[in-house]
Amino acid sequence: MSSAPPRSRDERLGVHPFPHRHLLGIAGLAPHEILFLLDEAEQWVALNRSTAKRDDRLHGLTQINAFFENSTRTLLSFEIAGKRLGMDVVNMAVAVSSVKKGETLIDTAITLNAMRPDVIVIRHDASGAVRLLAEKVDCPVLNAGDGRHEHPTQALLDALTIRRRKGRIAGLTVAICGDVLHSRVARSNILALGTLGADVRVVGPPTLLPAQIERMGVTRFTDFDAGLEGADVVMMLRLQSERMDGAFVPSPREYHALYGLTAERLARAAPDALVMHPGPMNRGVEIASDVADDLNRSAIPEQVEMGVAIRMACLDVLTRGQRGVEGWA
Amino acid sequence: MTLALLNGRIVTPDGVIEGGVLAKDGIIAAIGDFEIPDDAERIDVRDRIIAPGIVDVGVFAIDMPAFVAGGITRALLMPDQSPPLDTVALIQRAAAAGKPQVWIHPLAAATKGLDGSDLAEVGLMHRAGATGIATGRHWIPDSAVMLRLLSYAGALGLVTVSHPEDGGLVRGAVATESETATRMGLPAAPAAAEALAVQRDLLLAETTGAPIHFRQITTASALGLIRAAKAKGIAVTCGITPAHFLLSDVAMGDFRTFARLSPPLREESDRLACRAALADGTIDLICSGHDPRGPEAKRLPFSDAEPGMAGAETLLALSLALVRDGVLPIERLFQLLATTPARLFCLPAGLIEAGAEADLLIVDPDAPWRIDSEKMAASAGNTPFDGLPVDGRVVKTVKGGMILE
Repeated sequence: MSSAPPRSRDERLGVHPFPHRHLLGIAGLAPHEILFLLDEAEQWVALNRSTAKRDDRLHGLTQINAFFENSTRTLLSFEIAGKRLGMDVVNMAVAVSSVKKGETLIDTAITLNAMRPDVIVIRHDASGAVRLLAEKVDCPVLNAGDGRHEHPTQALLDALTIRRRKGRIAGLTVAICGDVLHSRVARSNILALGTLGADVRVVGPPTLLPAQIERMGVTRFTDFDAGLEGADVVMMLRLQSERMDGAFVPSPREYHALYGLTAERLARAAPDALVMHPGPMNRGVEIASDVADDLNRSAIPEQVEMGVAIRMACLDVLTRGQRGVEGWA
Repeated sequence: MTLALLNGRIVTPDGVIEGGVLAKDGIIAAIGDFEIPDDAERIDVRDRIIAPGIVDVGVFAIDMPAFVAGGITRALLMPDQSPPLDTVALIQRAAAAGKPQVWIHPLAAATKGLDGSDLAEVGLMHRAGATGIATGRHWIPDSAVMLRLLSYAGALGLVTVSHPEDGGLVRGAVATESETATRMGLPAAPAAAEALAVQRDLLLAETTGAPIHFRQITTASALGLIRAAKAKGIAVTCGITPAHFLLSDVAMGDFRTFARLSPPLREESDRLACRAALADGTIDLICSGHDPRGPEAKRLPFSDAEPGMAGAETLLALSLALVRDGVLPIERLFQLLATTPARLFCLPAGLIEAGAEADLLIVDPDAPWRIDSEKMAASAGNTPFDGLPVDGRVVKTVKGGMILE
């Protein structure tokens, strides 16, 4: 019998606290791996609150943000995260790129790869597209949202926000409300919060809840008030305007009346319930302004803050192998 | 030219008999024990199976190497070509494309440009060689158009091949509503989209008395409707491809675009219903749905990829699994692969009997091999069965007494 030491990364699975080359989704992550990323992010929360928000541990590395779908906040968050770690960050603007000229996704991936980036952050409007790109490049890939599939850093930042505000995640009742059908944020959060032991509910009009969503381990509510009852966290989702004019719900007005979060409605949740929203908000549609702006209840600005820290943690952890960090190379 | 296949096990509708088949000038001259003419080319089949050549209803491409490798001696070509087969000239050209090897029998586009609104010249196309009529990859959403089409086709004695998926429900969908589609975040349509379309078409078929064939039926509820319609005496038949009796929608996992099909893969309960319907005769025939697609159509995000699979050369091996699993005896399998499709479209084929055209296969039903998308005879290797070990291989394909290479 040969007793050669294991060599490939796969064989050492479990040796690293985070034995994944890419971050494509929450699916496939173990609870301790999610918690590791949350723990790593804490140091960056502290740094980001100091005056000199700079740590050059990723100095000299190149980060490409390839966003095939419009984004302001997520793109900015990833850009700031990379820069605070010392990376050279470049954004590929799709509006002027060759993607508009009919270049295939695979060819774009090969082109990006040839520029020898050290990490690529990708957003795309098709489910599974980020995974497809990741197969064709040599560096770690971070999924910044693919279609309706996953948005893992959003779920991680939400988990970090909840943990900091509530002290725990296990045992909490979290109501994810609104357009779950089209939401990658909802899917990643269902997976992450469920894995970490929360009791997750999805609440929304039946036209905006995907088939068999219960099979993802959640409880389904179409009555907003019932779904809010006793919830520790109320996570609102954005409803895109093209979906509220008769396609999925009759009108924005009716949606707000039936599924909009108001102070009165929020009273059904736990007295100290936390209100969250991944942004950008439709004030007066899915959420009333007074609720969104209530500093005691709303964690919405904090979610944005945690976003930068989580993305710094992910960028740091995923590049440890190539940087030769002790124990990770 | 005379060909003598000797020492085989011959698949006939009444069971498997031992013996040989003698083909003379392209026609089966004798079966069983016979005197071997001196000029005959002799092939010792060595106890392997001699079966009728497969008649494949509804291929999307003329792909000779795949047909020969798969034992397909006649293929009914879908009108979804570029341009669509909606004129006499295009039908004539398609009908001549395969001879003398694999015969191509084009299906005429039901409507001009396959756009579902104006009837194409189906009568003239029939005279020019169209074997039947097909609605193409899509259902005809306008019931008035479908009613006129069926009554017109019925008077011509032509079978109409329909693709039953309700247009409104499946718009934009790339999967069946299910846990898998929900987890993957794929736009999905309820499985009822199929039964909804089948129900309307059955009512129109009953009204007109015209025969209708559903190229693929893949859900329990649609199979129930067809079972009931047959009991009522409505002239309805339906087919299926191996994908829907062997795979469920979990095969799409990891966004494998080779598993993006039309209709999409269904849930496990539907797959089991398809197997039961194969066993009880509700499903009349098995087809390959051959639709080779290169990387430019498949190496894309799942919802951007084109649907379809290269199915011709895996059709027999995958169908033989039904025999091995005890769903069907082998003589019944070849009814589904050859006899019934030939009879349905009035083709002189599908049976091994004296006087019939010598379209024959030599099959080694136990030969093990592995499906490999990189090593396909087809013009593209887009099979959802990539990597699957299977048993059963076509050793030789004979068309009109001629061995095809």
